[in-house]
Amino acid sequence: MDDLRIIERTSNMNDIKISAKGVQVFYGDTHAIKDVDVEIADKTVTAFIGPSGCGKSTFLRCLNRMNDTIDICRVEGSIAIDGQDIYDKRVDPVQLRAKVGMVFQKPNPFPKSIYDNVAYGPKIHGLARTKADLDEIVEASLRRAALWNEVKDRLQAPGTGLSGGQQQRLCIARAVATAPEVLLMDEPCSALDPIATAQVEELIDELRQQFSVVIVTHSMQQAARVSQKTAFFHLGNLVEFNDTDQIFTNPQDPRTESYITGRIG
Amino acid sequence: MHTSWLLIVLVVLAGISFYLGRSRAMQSAGGDMRQLHSLPNFYGWNVALASLVPAVVIFALWQAVQPNIINRSVVSMVTTEELTGGALNLVMSDVRRIANGLDAAISRGVMSASEARDLSVGDASIRQQLSAVGTVVGAEVSDNVLLAAQRYRAMTATGSLMQTALVLIVAVAGALYGLRQTNRDFRARVSVETVVRAVLIFAATVAIMTTVGIAFSLIFNTIKFFNLHPASDFLFGTTWNPLFRGGSSLGILPLLWGTFYISIIALLVAVPIGLFSAIYLAEYASPAARSIIKPALEVLAGIPTIVYGLFALLTVGPLLVSAFGPNGFLGLGWMRGGSAVITAGLVMGVMLIPFVSSLSDDIINAVPQSMRDGSYGLGATKSETVRMVVLPAALPGIAGAVLLAASRAIGETMIVVLGAGAAARLSLNPFEAMTTVTAKIVAQLTGDNDFNSPEALVAFALGTTLFVITLILNVAALYIVRRYREQYE
Repeated sequence: MDDLRIIERTSNMNDIKISAKGVQVFYGDTHAIKDVDVEIADKTVTAFIGPSGCGKSTFLRCLNRMNDTIDICRVEGSIAIDGQDIYDKRVDPVQLRAKVGMVFQKPNPFPKSIYDNVAYGPKIHGLARTKADLDEIVEASLRRAALWNEVKDRLQAPGTGLSGGQQQRLCIARAVATAPEVLLMDEPCSALDPIATAQVEELIDELRQQFSVVIVTHSMQQAARVSQKTAFFHLGNLVEFNDTDQIFTNPQDPRTESYITGRIG
Repeated sequence: MHTSWLLIVLVVLAGISFYLGRSRAMQSAGGDMRQLHSLPNFYGWNVALASLVPAVVIFALWQAVQPNIINRSVVSMVTTEELTGGALNLVMSDVRRIANGLDAAISRGVMSASEARDLSVGDASIRQQLSAVGTVVGAEVSDNVLLAAQRYRAMTATGSLMQTALVLIVAVAGALYGLRQTNRDFRARVSVETVVRAVLIFAATVAIMTTVGIAFSLIFNTIKFFNLHPASDFLFGTTWNPLFRGGSSLGILPLLWGTFYISIIALLVAVPIGLFSAIYLAEYASPAARSIIKPALEVLAGIPTIVYGLFALLTVGPLLVSAFGPNGFLGLGWMRGGSAVITAGLVMGVMLIPFVSSLSDDIINAVPQSMRDGSYGLGATKSETVRMVVLPAALPGIAGAVLLAASRAIGETMIVVLGAGAAARLSLNPFEAMTTVTAKIVAQLTGDNDFNSPEALVAFALGTTLFVITLILNVAALYIVRRYREQYE
C-alpha cells in the first residue's frame, strides 16, 4: 500500500499551488507567526503538525484570509496562489474563499436541509443555471464526500440531524460543491470517532485527485497516513517542511524529532 | 403595645436566642469548635429562627383574622336589617372612624379613658370633641353606632393584648425548644438549610399566588358582569356605547379591533427597525459604535410610556395632520384630528424598537460563530451570511421576540389614551380615531359609574380578555424561544 502511494506521489508533485514568503501574523501585540516560507504543491495533501498554540491553524486561516474577520489580526509577507498575491488590494477575499474552501474542526452544518447545505455555495456563486444543474452538483458533491448513499433518501432532512461523522462529511461536500482549487482542513477529525475518522481520511485521499489539500492535525499518525508533505510548526516558527516519510523517519531538526517521538508538545 | 414595638421585641429576642444558642453549642463542645457538627453560628441561627419564625407566623395570622372577627360581632350591634355591600361598608367605616377618633382623643388628653368608655349620645359634643382631634364624622352620631365604636375599641384593645401575649409566649417557647435541641451532635446546619429552602419556596410562591389571585379576582368579577349583562352582546356586539342610565351596548369587537389595528401598525414599525438595528449591532458595528448605540437604545426603553403619549399627542399627531389633514401639504384631507390609529401606532412602534432590538441582538449573538465561519469559508459575503445563515438560525428566537413585543403592544395604555382618541369604532381607515381595550378599562373604572353596575364591571371582562390574549402570546413566545435554545446547547 505504502509503495503504491509513493508511485502516485512522485507522479504529481510538480506544480506549486500556494507559495508563502516571509509571512508574519500578529494578534494585537502577540507575534503568532514568525517569518514562515512554505510552498504547497498542487494535487497533494500537505499536513501541518505541531503542539497546540504553535500557529498552524492561524497560518491555515491566512491562506483564505479568514483572519480578516478578526479585527486585531494583522498579516505581513506575501502569499500567492497560482502566482497571484492573495493579500493584494485588488483581490476580493470573498471570491478568494470560494476558490479556497475550508472545513472546520467542529462540524458546522447550517440549520437547513442536507440539500440546502450543499447547494448553499453553488447558489450564492451562481454555479448552477437550472434546478437540474443544482441537483447534479449536490449529488456529485455528496458522492465525492462518500455521503450520497447514506442521505440520498432524506435530502430534505435537517443537516443538524446527522451523526457527527456524517455532519463533517456534509461540511466537506459543502466545501467541494463550490468547486474550490484548494481545500483547507482545520483538524477535521478531532471531533469524530475512529470509524468516522477513517472515512474522512479515506475521503481526503480521494480529494487529492482534484484539489490541493492542506490539513492541520494533532494526530501524527493521521499526518503520516494521509499526507505526502508535512510541515512542523513550533512556537510560531516553521521548523521543518519536507516529504512526510522524511519527517517521520529521518527528521533533520532536533525539535521535530523530539515532537514526533513525544518528548515535547 | 404598638405592633412595631412588638416586632422590635421579637427581633431582640431572636438576637438573644442567637447568642444563647451559639454559646450553649460551644459549651457542649467544651469550647472546641471542631467537636461541633456545624459551625457555631449555625446553632445560633437555629435557635434564633426557632424563636422568630413561629412567633412571626402567629403574629401575621392574628393580624389577618382579628379585624374580621371584630367586624362581625360589631355589625350586629349597628343594624338589625340586612345591609349589603356599599351601605354596610359605609356604616362600618363610620364605626371605625369614631373608634379611632376616641383613641386619638385619649392620647391627646382631651378625654380620659373612662370618659371615652362611658360617653353617650346625650353628650352632644361628640362631634366637636372628635373634630378637635382631627376626626370628621359625617352624619349625626346615632346611639348604636357610638356603642359599636366603643365596643370596637374595647375588642381591639383586648385582641392586641392577647396577640402580644401569645406572640411573646410563642417566641420564648420557641427559643427554649431550640436551646434544648442544641448540643454538639445536633445538625444545626441541616436545619438552617431547611429554613433557607422554605424562604426561597415562599418567595417563589408569593409571585405565583399573586398571579393566581389576580386571575381569580378577574374571573369572579367577570362572572358577576355576565350575570348582569348578556355575554353574547359583550363577545359579539359591534357597538360600544356605555350609558349612565343602564341598557348600554358593551360589545368588545370594536375595542379588540382597535387594539389589534394599533398593535399591527406598531409592529410594522418596530419589527423591521428593531431587527435591522439588531443585525447592525450584532454583525456590523465596531465595538466602539456598539458601546454607544446599545446604551442609547436602552435609554429609549427607559422612557415612561406617558412621555411617549405626550409625544404622540403634541408632536406626532399635529405633524401627521399637517401632512394628511384637510389643509395638509399633501392636500389629501384624510385625517380630521391628531388622535388617530396611525398616531398611536407609530409612537408605540418607536416604543417597541428597543424591545425588539435588544432581544433580537441577544438571539443573533447566540448563533454560534462557527455558522458564520462556515459561510464565510464558502465565499459568502457578510450580508449573504446574515440573510441565509444567521437569520434562519435565529428566526424562531426572533419570532418569540416579536410575539413578546406584540403582547406589550396589546397591553399598552397611555399612548393609546393620548394618541388614538376615545371613539370605539370598527373601521379600516388608519387616520380615524379608535380606542383599545386598555383605554376603555381606564375610562370605565375612572368614571362616575356605580361600582356594581355592568358599566363598571365590564372593565373586568375586558381585563380578562386581555389577560387571556397576552397569556396565549407569552406562552407561545416562550415555547418558541425555548425550542430554539435547545438547538445549540
